[in-house]
Amino acid sequence: MYKYDQYDQAMVDTRVEEFRDQVKRRLEGKISEDQFKPLRLMNGLYLQLHAYMLRVAIPYGTLNSAQMHALADIADKYDRGYGHFTTRQNIQYNWIKLEEAPDLLADLAKVEMHAIQTSGNCIRNISSDQYAGATADEIIDPRPYAELLRQWSSFHPEFSFLPRKFKICVIASDTDRAAMKLHDIGIQIVKNDAGEIGARFYVGGGMGRTPMIAPMIRDFVPLDQLVTYSEACLRVYNRYGRRDNKYKARIKILVHELGAEEYTRQVEEEFAHLLDQGVEPPLAELERIKTFFPNPPYDKDASDEIDRSDPDFAVWVDRNTAPHKQAGYAIANISLKPIGGIPGDASTAQMHLMAELAKDYSFDECRVTHAQNIVLPDVKKSDLYTLWQKLDEAGLGTPNLDQIDDIIACPGLDYCSLANARSIPLAQRISERYANNGKSDVLGELKLKISGCINACGHHHAGHIGILGVDRKGVENYQLLLGGSEGADTSLGKITGRGFDEDGVIDAIEKVTDLYLDQKEDGERFLDTYRRIGMEPFKEAIYE
Amino acid sequence: MKILTGNDLKSGAVTWWTGYDWSIHVEDAVDVGDQADSILAKEEAARRVNAPYAIDATRDEDGNVRPAHIKDRVRALGPTVRPDLTLKPADPDHRDWVI
Repeated sequence: MYKYDQYDQAMVDTRVEEFRDQVKRRLEGKISEDQFKPLRLMNGLYLQLHAYMLRVAIPYGTLNSAQMHALADIADKYDRGYGHFTTRQNIQYNWIKLEEAPDLLADLAKVEMHAIQTSGNCIRNISSDQYAGATADEIIDPRPYAELLRQWSSFHPEFSFLPRKFKICVIASDTDRAAMKLHDIGIQIVKNDAGEIGARFYVGGGMGRTPMIAPMIRDFVPLDQLVTYSEACLRVYNRYGRRDNKYKARIKILVHELGAEEYTRQVEEEFAHLLDQGVEPPLAELERIKTFFPNPPYDKDASDEIDRSDPDFAVWVDRNTAPHKQAGYAIANISLKPIGGIPGDASTAQMHLMAELAKDYSFDECRVTHAQNIVLPDVKKSDLYTLWQKLDEAGLGTPNLDQIDDIIACPGLDYCSLANARSIPLAQRISERYANNGKSDVLGELKLKISGCINACGHHHAGHIGILGVDRKGVENYQLLLGGSEGADTSLGKITGRGFDEDGVIDAIEKVTDLYLDQKEDGERFLDTYRRIGMEPFKEAIYE
Repeated sequence: MKILTGNDLKSGAVTWWTGYDWSIHVEDAVDVGDQADSILAKEEAARRVNAPYAIDATRDEDGNVRPAHIKDRVRALGPTVRPDLTLKPADPDHRDWVI
C-alpha cells in the first residue's frame, strides 16, 4: 500500500500543528465559533448530539495492521473503546473532546493518517472496490489511480471551496461493489475493443434528498489523461454549480438541469482547453505510485482445497469468502453485523484482533467496505479455518455477507444531529427477528439499508429493501422502499406508501420477504423477483 | 417551560442551564422564561458553552424535566442503543422516557 514520502508527512504534520493553534485560539476566545467551525470541519471534527465527532479518512478503505492498531488505541485513549466504520469506508469516533483533538490528530499522523477533507465542500476520501488487487474479475488494480486522484485532490486550491461536497469512486471491474454510479464522479477502468485500458466516466450520481444514477458522459478516457478529465468535470461544476441553495448544489443537480449532453459538451470543451496546460501529473509519478501496489509474495504452491468438515465453517466460507485471482487464496469478509449488534461498530479489542489477523493472514492489509464490514484481501485457503475460529471467538464470524441481517445503517438519531429517527435499533431488531424466524438463510442475497434522515448516509435509496426515518410531528416514522440496488444493475428504490412506526415497519418487511419466498422462481434473488412482479403485489401484502 | 441547552466547549458534553452554571444532568435545568436570548448571548460570549439554544420542556408528575422533542431527550440521556454509555448506565430502563 502507499507510503507517505517526506512531502506527504510534512503536509500532514504541518496541518496538525496549524489545527492545534486554531483550537488554542478558540479555547482562548480569540476566534468565535462561527470563525472556528469551518476550520474544525476541514479537519473532520463535527459537533454531534452528545459530543464532538471525528471522521478519519481511510483512503479507498485500505489499512495496514499498524494503522488498525492505531485506530484501536485512539478509541481507547480519546474515545470510549469503540469506533464506527462508515459507508464512505472511513471511521468515526463519537466522543471526542475538542481540547484533545490536536493530540489525537498527531497520533494519527504517526501512522500516516489524517482527517483532512472528511468534511466541507471539497473532494472527500476517494472510495474504491474493497476487493481491489485481489479479485479475479478486475481489468487492472484500481488503487494506484485512486491514490493518484487522492494526491491530486488533497489541498487542491481550486477545489477547496466547491458548491458542495464531492465524492469520487474508482473501480476496475464490471461487478460494482462500491456503488460507483451513486458518486459525484464514478470512474470504471475498462478495456476497449483495441485492447487499450482507459477510464469510463459516470458523472452526477448521488443519494441524499434527490437520488440520481450518474449518466455515463465518456466511455473511454486514456489513463494518461485521467486527472485532466477529472479536472475538467470539476471545473464545469465549480463554475456553474449552484451556490445559492445547498439543497441544489450537488453536481447531480447541475448535470440533471443542464442535461447530460450539454454538461458533457462543456466538459469536453474544458478538457480540450486543459490538455496542453500541464494538468496531468508526470507519468513517472504514476509509476512511482504503482510501485506501492505490487502483488504480495503469494505462495504459488498454496493448496486450493478447503477442509469443510466443520459445517459452521463451511457456511461461513460459502457466504463470507470470495474468489481470488491467485490459486490457493481467498478474499475473506469480516462481518461487523453480529445478530442484534450495531452495524459498523467495532470495539478496541476487535480492532486489535483484526489488525493482528491482517498481519498474520493477509500480508499486513485489510480494507473497510462501504457496507461497513472489513475485508482481508489475501488469505491462504489453508488458513481460513484458523482465521474463522479466531473471528468467531471474538464475535466477528457471523456468516451473513449480503444477507438481510448484513444491514447498512447510519448512526441515526442515537448520535447524529441531522437525524430525524433512530436507525440502529431498527437494524438490531430486524437482524434479531430474522435470526429467530430462521428466514435469513433461505432469503439469500437481500441488501437492507437504513437511513435516519433524507441525507441517506445509510444508502436507503440503494437497498433492495430501504428504510428512511422521518420526523412525523415529533415521533419517529419509517418509510419503506423496495427495488434499489447499488451494483452494476444500479436502481433507485420506490416508496411503498404510507409510513410505519418501529414495530410496523419490521412487520411490513417480514410481509415483503414472505411474499418474495412465495413468489420467487428458480435462482431469483429478492431483487429479481421484485423487478419481475413489480411493486403492486408487495403493496397489497403490506397494506392489506 | 423554556430551558437552555448546548455543548460544553472543551469536551462537547451536552449541558443544561441551571440558572447560574451548566450541568450535564437535565434534571438540573431551570425554566428561563423570557430570558433565553440574553442568557445565551452572555454564556456563549463567556465560552462556557458551544452552540446553545432554547427548547420547550415539561415537568413530569415526579418533577423530572423532559425536553419536548425526541432529539433533545436523546441528548439528555445518551445513545439509546448503548445504555452503558448513558448517564444512567446502572438503570437501562431509564431510557424508557426518551422514546
